[in-house]
Amino acid sequence: MRRDIFQAIADPTRRAIIALIALQAMTPNALAEHFDTTRQAISKHLKILTECEVVKQEHHGREILYQLELNKIKEIDQWLEQFRKIWESRYKQLDQLLLTIKKKK
Amino acid sequence: MMNNNLQFDFIADKEKNTLTVRREFLANRQLVWDCYTKSELLDQWFAPAPLTTKTKSMDFREGGHWHYAMVDPTGTEYWGYTEYLTIHPIDYYTSTDAFSNEAGDINQDMPRAEWRVSFSDKEENAVVETIVTYKSLADMEQVIEMGMEQGMQATLEKLDTLLLTLTGKSNA
Repeated sequence: MRRDIFQAIADPTRRAIIALIALQAMTPNALAEHFDTTRQAISKHLKILTECEVVKQEHHGREILYQLELNKIKEIDQWLEQFRKIWESRYKQLDQLLLTIKKKK
Repeated sequence: MMNNNLQFDFIADKEKNTLTVRREFLANRQLVWDCYTKSELLDQWFAPAPLTTKTKSMDFREGGHWHYAMVDPTGTEYWGYTEYLTIHPIDYYTSTDAFSNEAGDINQDMPRAEWRVSFSDKEENAVVETIVTYKSLADMEQVIEMGMEQGMQATLEKLDTLLLTLTGKSNA
């Protein structure tokens, strides 16, 4: 199974987890309180998020806190930026073509 | 040089898997519509530089298609096949895109997306809104990766430099 940022955010519960821990690092128990699902289900999502390297664990005494890997989240924006450049480039060419057609008329 | 104040919106909705691109053009709606719907004009702009566009066949009608290739500077061809679903000149059309081969066989392993391309007036200019809907975010990523493999990334950086030189200023 693929383990990357896109797999991480493909699921609505995982997106919600990301949104919550973006605000502050949380324990699995604290996270589970926000969801109408089992603690096991949350743990499974956290496992996937960890494998996708979107979250990392931090040990505080006996507690495990989950926190966001900000650099990983930025990856999405980086590839979207590439996509944006493709559209910009394409449209600059259309600008040029429109200008050429208008000059001919 | 080009007017750099033309409206350009690029919005990715990661939850709905849509990409919305809105762009204003210094031309009337009919002319812009023609550039989207006539192959001899599409061939002059659709593939982002340094790729060029080559139409094999086009039948712009509901149920019709556009079979084309994007050709890179080494001559490698990347084939695409667009199927037109609904057409309302000169307001909008919807289509489904696909990767294909030269024979026009659709590559079922690659994601397909739904396109809705709408045209409207903005005073004497035209605005084109393109909404591309992917089945999943992973699909969207796969398409972009494909684009990157086609050698666009490095060349786009070159293009940036070129545009910077041409316009004499940054468009950051």
